[in-house]
Amino acid sequence: MTLEELELIAKGVHQDNAKYDYEVNVCMDLACASQGADKLREALQKAAQSSGKKILVRKTGCMGPCSSGPLVRVDPDETLYASVKDANAEAIVNSLGGKPIPELQCDLNEHFDKQVRVVLENAGHIDPEKIDDYISRDGYKALLTALLEMTPNGVIHRITESGLRGRGGGGYPTGLKWSTVAKASGDVKYVVCNGDEGDPGAFMDRSVMEGDPHRVIEGMAIAAYAVGASKGFIYVRAEYPVAVARLTTAIREARRRGLLGNSISSTAFNFDIEIRLGAGAFVCGEETALLASIEGRRGTPKPRPPYPAVSGLWGKPTLINNVETYANIAPIVRNGGKWFFNMGSERSKGTKVFALTGRIKNTGLIEVPLGIKLREIIEDIGGGVPGGHKLKAVQTGGPSGGCIPADMLGLGVSYDALMAAGSIMGSGGMIVMDDTSCMVNVARFFIEFCMTESCGKCIPCRAGTAQLYTLLTRICTGTGTLGDLEMIEDLCDTVKSASLCGLGQTAPNPVLSTLKYFRNEYIEHIVHKRCPAGVCNMEAAVSAEPAVEVHA
Amino acid sequence: MPAFTPPPLPSDDKRWKIVNGTMRKNGFARHALIETLHTVQSSFGYLDDEAIKFVAQSLRVPLSQAYGVVTFYHYFSLKPPGKHTVTVCAGTACYIKGADKLIAAAEQKLGVAQGQTTKDGNVSLMVARCVGACSRAPVVLCDGEVRGEMSGEQMLEQLERWTVE
Repeated sequence: MTLEELELIAKGVHQDNAKYDYEVNVCMDLACASQGADKLREALQKAAQSSGKKILVRKTGCMGPCSSGPLVRVDPDETLYASVKDANAEAIVNSLGGKPIPELQCDLNEHFDKQVRVVLENAGHIDPEKIDDYISRDGYKALLTALLEMTPNGVIHRITESGLRGRGGGGYPTGLKWSTVAKASGDVKYVVCNGDEGDPGAFMDRSVMEGDPHRVIEGMAIAAYAVGASKGFIYVRAEYPVAVARLTTAIREARRRGLLGNSISSTAFNFDIEIRLGAGAFVCGEETALLASIEGRRGTPKPRPPYPAVSGLWGKPTLINNVETYANIAPIVRNGGKWFFNMGSERSKGTKVFALTGRIKNTGLIEVPLGIKLREIIEDIGGGVPGGHKLKAVQTGGPSGGCIPADMLGLGVSYDALMAAGSIMGSGGMIVMDDTSCMVNVARFFIEFCMTESCGKCIPCRAGTAQLYTLLTRICTGTGTLGDLEMIEDLCDTVKSASLCGLGQTAPNPVLSTLKYFRNEYIEHIVHKRCPAGVCNMEAAVSAEPAVEVHA
Repeated sequence: MPAFTPPPLPSDDKRWKIVNGTMRKNGFARHALIETLHTVQSSFGYLDDEAIKFVAQSLRVPLSQAYGVVTFYHYFSLKPPGKHTVTVCAGTACYIKGADKLIAAAEQKLGVAQGQTTKDGNVSLMVARCVGACSRAPVVLCDGEVRGEMSGEQMLEQLERWTVE
């Protein structure tokens, strides 16, 4: 495969598409599919055939505003229809060439205007199961450019120049990580993609893997060329069967086109990818635990150093990046590091995909330039809290993150600002809570999660989270004391500083951040035996039963 | 060293051939343990002692290690599933939108705790960590089919339909 051949394929696709007067794109992502997008697509197909018009019905990845699903976008007019039923199929087909249907039209200008699409540039525009669709939108151009015109060091330089930081949550500079692996000695090196999106309430990586799988593969191949690896693994949660199927198809197609395999583009570069399934363990998002799981063992973390960059999979230098990080690589190589560097805030460059969910009007997948004010995300893009309720907090970073209170909406979303506010960027889950959520109960929910997901290797995490859970349960059932608060703070400090891996080190964050911003709710539970949000059941306080002890 | 010969298939059940296929594809390498266990679970619905022993022997992994892996990961089940499975997602977005009430309602209706199967083997009640359909929370999976924005009544109706069958 050469750059000219890529262009020929792209030209072929454009010519094929030009045969049609209209393109009807149906979002087939999980959220839309759960609302009957499959039947809708069949109905549209049928209506298109019998209408005699030249219509291409295409199934695509996530278009974004899932709360308005199933979504249909008609091109070239770019008309977006929301909550479409299969009964509407004929009306949509009939309207082509005339005026759009006002009842179905979705007015989400504000939702889209503030977004910048880099990672999601293809989502909603291509059929994820067709490699040619991806190629027609500049796909694999970056890989071939890197292989034919750039040195591995040149690629790393470009990534470093872009200022890209790891999108899995930690925010480690990607260029630095790549150059460490490139410098590590060893004839065998591995490239691993972390698609173990365990953070409950986040689905960005799933959408990218399902909606644009070739983008991940291309990013990994470029990374492999840069660091000198010839074998890659994508570790995906078993809970995402569609993502696994799409990636499998994509890898097969890429091999068929000679974009994976031996002597890619007649160079000395060989690279192939295998998929590995997770099996439902949150801790496997931690890099050393993930590697253990790929090796077929229990997913328990190891102390670092040595870092995987030096000694990773089977003791070989291994590069691990998150799905979204890899998804950023191809556009950076294509458009240059400066282009990316110019987006975002001072120390957080580029864009970030967030899964906006919870008590908010427009739930779904968004991509915003970093540095954007939280208020813009919640009010303009998200459309605010529905049902006349009042915004209470925004939770980012999942069980490792914290809750940002409503009066801090002026915060610019960046790695450092979120960290300073007691939360973290995380992988991109953003859950909006209103006055119907009890913050003590939320803290307890996350601690319960960490308690069950703790692998049990180190004591601070295994026993600490269990004791925190007991203490928080006590407060939630009205039997807590003010002394418990001090004990919680003390214990949080121990778990945070003494745990082996990220799971334990960050597990206290939801507790600490709610204690910091919503201490009055804790006091209310303890002193007045009252849950302001009406979530916690305080009857136990009346019968004065002690909370159930948990043994680690 | 004599060449290793994998143990014979436990029975002439065709599903063992599928399991063996996964191991062969991976060259009977030890690191294929989790992959193989996935194949067993998708073919048989769960992992029993016979299956774990067979896989451990075939891959030359100590039985203790194989059992350790099976019990470490939540996805693997040692008990056969019921005829139908209802899975309530308990991810953060679903929790915020009241998944705990759905779980309580299902527990009451079926008379079993989460993770268990009704005595007649008809319905299993499971709780998922997050299925990634957060934007349509709360989410319930009925026999694997994702249903978004599920109300308590809708879920109970479905359970009722399964009971009547």
